[in-house]
This record gives sequence, C-alpha cells and structure tokens, in this order.
Amino acid sequence: MASPVHPEPCLPLSVFLTADPVIRPDAPVLLEIRDLEARVDDQPILKGVNLTIRAGEIHAVMGRNGSGKSTLSKVLAGHPAYTVTGGSVLFRGDNLLDLEPEQRARTGLFLGFQYPVEIPGVSNLEFLRVATNARRAEQGLEELDTFAFEDLVRERLQVVQMDPAFLERSVNEGFSGGEKKRNEILQMALLEPLVAILDETDSGLDIDALRIVAGGVNQLAGPGNATLLITHYQRLLEVITPDFVHVMAAGRILRTGGKELALELEERGYDWVDRELAALEVA
Amino acid sequence: MVAAPVSTAVAGSAWSAALLSALPVPSGSLAPVQERGRLGLIGRPLPGRRDEDWRFTDLTALTALDPLSLAAPPPPPSRQLPPAAGQVLRLHLDRGDDPLAGVLLPAGLSPLTEPELKQVLGQALEANGSRDQWPVLLNKAAACRVLALRVRGRVAPVLELVSDAGVGPGLLPLRVCLLLEEDASLSLLQVHRSGGANLTSVLVEALLGRGASLNHGLLAAGAPESVLLAQVAVAQEPASEVTLTAASGGWGLVRFEPRLHQVEGAARSCLRGLQVVNQRQCADTHSQMLFGGPDGSLDQLHKVVADDAGRSVFNGAVRVPRAAQRTDAAQLSRSLLLSDRARVDTKPELEIVADDVRCAHGATVSRLQQDELFYLQSRGIAADRAARLLLRGYCEEVLRDLPAAAAAWQPLSIVLGTPNER
Repeated sequence: MASPVHPEPCLPLSVFLTADPVIRPDAPVLLEIRDLEARVDDQPILKGVNLTIRAGEIHAVMGRNGSGKSTLSKVLAGHPAYTVTGGSVLFRGDNLLDLEPEQRARTGLFLGFQYPVEIPGVSNLEFLRVATNARRAEQGLEELDTFAFEDLVRERLQVVQMDPAFLERSVNEGFSGGEKKRNEILQMALLEPLVAILDETDSGLDIDALRIVAGGVNQLAGPGNATLLITHYQRLLEVITPDFVHVMAAGRILRTGGKELALELEERGYDWVDRELAALEVA
Repeated sequence: MVAAPVSTAVAGSAWSAALLSALPVPSGSLAPVQERGRLGLIGRPLPGRRDEDWRFTDLTALTALDPLSLAAPPPPPSRQLPPAAGQVLRLHLDRGDDPLAGVLLPAGLSPLTEPELKQVLGQALEANGSRDQWPVLLNKAAACRVLALRVRGRVAPVLELVSDAGVGPGLLPLRVCLLLEEDASLSLLQVHRSGGANLTSVLVEALLGRGASLNHGLLAAGAPESVLLAQVAVAQEPASEVTLTAASGGWGLVRFEPRLHQVEGAARSCLRGLQVVNQRQCADTHSQMLFGGPDGSLDQLHKVVADDAGRSVFNGAVRVPRAAQRTDAAQLSRSLLLSDRARVDTKPELEIVADDVRCAHGATVSRLQQDELFYLQSRGIAADRAARLLLRGYCEEVLRDLPAAAAAWQPLSIVLGTPNER
C-alpha cells in the first residue's frame, strides 16, 4: 500500500467519495447530484460528480483551472453548450435536467456568472423586472407593476450598496468588474433563489468590492436556501464561511471537508490533489 | 432550353420614360429646378445591377409601381398622428400647401428668402457629388416646393417634419433646405410614413456654419408595396457637429443616402442607422463621409435586422484625402440575420490618402448571441421572450439616439412592425 500522500491527519479518501457529511441531517435536501457526467464538443468534462446540498448550507467547490468547476455550474443552470451524458440531478426531488434553463431559474436555481454578459440596449431595470416577475409567477405571487418593482429594487439595491443610476443603464454595459458582480448579487436578491451557485464571484474584485459582494451573499443566505460557491481562492471563504469545502479535480469531487480544507489548500496548493488523483486512478 | 434574359436596362428605361412623360408641366418657383431634373433624367434608365452603387439593390418594389400613377401626389391619408409633444414644432409636408402657412415660427427659425434660397439650394449636393444621382434627379424633377429655413441661435423646440403617403398610389416629392448659422443649434426629426403602393422621395440639405449643431433623426415606417428614396446632404464648417440617426422598417424598398461633407475638416459627425427588413423587403443605405480638411471625426454605427426573405445593403464610404490629416473615423456595421433566407450585403469603402489618420472599421453578421440568450434564460425569462428582448435591445442601441420627440411615434414599434411590449 502506498504511503500517505500528505502527513496531515485526514479521513480516508473513500469516506469522502461515498458520503457527504451532513451538518443538519433533518434539513430538506435541495439539490442532489449523483454520478453526473457531461461533455462539451465531445470532450468529457464532468466524470461522475456527487454532491448533496441541504437547506441552510453553504458549500464551496475549489479546484484548479480546468477541473470542471465552472462546467458544473453551467450544466446545473442548463447551458446549451453542455451535454449531460450520465447521472442525475434532483432539485427539491424533481429531475432538474428535464427543465429548460428558464424553468430551472423560475423554480429557484440561480447562477451568478463569472463573466456577466453585457446586453446593449436592454435596460437593466426592465430586465430585472421581467426576471423578477417570471420568478414571482412561478411562486404564485402577483406580478409587480413598474412602480411596485421600483420600490422593491431600490430596497434590494442596499444589499450590494449599488447606485440606482445603474438601473437606468443597459444590462452590464460599461460596468466595471465589481459593478457587474454587484449586479449579479442584486439579481439574486430580487429572485430569492433556493440554491444560488456563484461562479468565481470573487474574480476581478478589489478587497472593498469583495466585502460588499460577500456581505450581500451573507445577508441573503438563510435556513431555507443554500449557496454553492465556486472559487479558486481562500480569500472569498474568509468573508463567506462555508459549511463544506469540496475539492474538484478532473471532473470529480475528490475530497470534501470543512472550512479548514480551504486553509489546507491555501497552504499546500493543489499538487497533492494531483497525487491523490493519480493514486485513485491506479486503484 | 435557356430562357432569354430580361433586359432590366430596357425595362428601366421604359419605366423612367413613362414616369417623365407623366409628370405635370414644371411650375412654381422651382420650375427651373424641375426642368433641370427632367433633363437629367432623359435617356437615363432606372439604376440597375450594372451600376456599382445599385448592384445589390432589389428595385422590384419600385418597378412594381405604375409610373403613370406617380404623376400626382397620393390621396391624403386618413391615419391619425400621435399628438405632438410639448416643445415640438410639427410641420406637415404632405398636404400640398405651404407647410409654413399659418404657422408661428419659434425664435431662431425664419424662412429663407428667394435670393438666399437660390444661393444655397443645391450647394451641399454639389459639394458631395450627388447632384446627378438618380434619386436626386427624380426629386428635383418632381418637387414643386421646398421648405427652406434659416436657423439662428439655439432653437428650443424640436422641428418635426412629417409626411404620410397614405395607402393610395402617387409620388410624394419632398424637399427641405436648412441653413444653420454660426453657433446655431437645432433638433430635427423627419417622420415619413406610407401604407400603400406609392413613392416618397425626400431630399434634405443642411448647411452648418462654424460651431453649429444639428441633432437630426429620420424615422420611416412603410408598407410592403411602398418605396422611400431619401437623401440627406450635409455640409459642415469647422467646429460644427452633426448627429444623424435614421431608422426604417416595413418598406418594400428603402434607399437612404446620407452624405456628409466636412468642408474644411475639424468637425464632428456621428451617423447611426437601423434598417429592419422582412418578407421580401429591401433596405439599402449608401452613406458617404467626405473629409475636406484635417482634424475631423466620424463615429458611425449601422445596424440591420434581416428576417424572412428580407434583403439589406449597406455601403459605407469614408473618403480621407491628403488634406484630411489627423482624421479620426470609426465605422461599425452590425447585421442580425434571423432567417436562412434573409440576405445581407455590407461593405465598408475606405478611401484614405492622408497618412496620419485613424480609420477603424468593422462588420459583423450574426444571429442572436447565444450567451446573451442564455443569460436571460438563466434569470427565468423564456427563450422567445428573451429573443424579443434582445431584438429590442439591439434596435434600441440606435433608436435611443433619435431626438427625444421621436418617442411619441413609438419608434421601436414602427421599425419592428409590432406593438411595444412591456
């Protein structure tokens, strides 16, 4: 048998690969991913992802570039460029993969984009109103007219300390990196998702913007919803405390632990992940 | 067996000759101009595919009009107009009488006198080389009135020039001449509508003095049988500024030719264009920017939406002779193809002799951007609604540059031919 890959005490890999730790075992499962496989342009990217997310939890998925983190987020949101080739995803018990992207969003799944798209000519305010009303219709709530929506959006702007002037501009057009990310969190504040997947939300943010964005995420996290953070760096996890940290490599979740796992990654880098992956493949 | 080719030149000659023979005898103060226009048209067939400037232009909608029906203006329309917003001076160009009759002009606007008109009429056309263009000759041959105004200082109301060719047959020839004095400022909105088989011919000349500013919009809504030929000729003195935003939709054929001339350079020109075609419509913009001296600038964006079997042509000429050093020009043509049967021909035509210039150009032809669609869908917006939002946004990028008074005409609804969606 091979010697331990690293000296720090940790549970055997098999434990992490077979079961997710559960902090609140009685909380309802919101998202259940089983053996998920997906490809883009005939290139397999996800090769058997397993992940269970319960209400009230904050998960972080970390990993190198190309490990499949962003692909996971896009597959869950229904990006048409990705083809699911195996496995299942249940969202509150229903098959998520059967739904169109807009249906996924309406039922409460939110993807915060790593690179929010600029849409010239489409007013941010109108976009936010149409999106909010689509979600509200699904929730059986009344559509908001222009005036009622403006009241709501101005209240939610405070979550990310955003200037109302951004509402009058085209969606993300000419926004700085930080402004785009704030706009993403504003959308999240309006849509009130059950599961928010935030893909590299910290990228391109200076420290002040990071605090504001993270503050928004923390405000919105509650016992009835869950957050899945996708990130390279520990610094986001200093301001949003995860309940679980997952390490992703080669299209799989290789390891799961508590927030201390992120610290370990920060300290030791990802080289040991490669060694564990190699050992796993040999086995 | 090979079918004998149809000679479009012969057909065009016959059509043109029939039109000439049908036009009424020249009359009024523009009679000499009419005669010159007719002389120019004699022996001239309709432009056709052998003419480089008309190579891609489908003239089917024009030749489908009975030339004899173009001898007179179309019957007056019965359609309602939206109420003019405050701070708008609306003049009707289609009513046969003097559009200034009974109108109290606001401070800064006054009619040009006959001697002044004689001096300036045709000057901008001459300078930019469009004097003998077929649509210009047609307008000269047919127009018996010109709305000619002097602009002094800042004119507060938007000048709105409106025509509606209605649903009946006929030719509506409209001619406008504006003289903006030094440091004068004007917002001008042309609105041209048609609902049937007729031809609207518009010729606008604007001469801008040093430091003058013209915010000029042209909004045109037609029908599948209607034709619009629109020329805008602008001559700019240094330090003047022109923004010309044109949007059209619904016409069987639109041929729009904005020609701007910075007489001595050192002026700013901004061109915005949007043409929407569907069914078997054809929209053609041939723009020309001529820099006559150094330090001039151009910012041009031309957008197209082509659906069904619609056809769009864009030719953007930018001429920078040796004298026009330090010119800064940017031209972008963006076309949205919504159907496999639609066709877009787009061509930048840069003629640069000066060596110290910045002239950027680009052209894209694409479908709706998948990443934009997905972004909207990922927020719960259904794919068809998302596509409509994107289409509206695509158009709004141009329409928002129209003078604010254009909002009363619901420009988005006009160009897309659909009710505004909220």
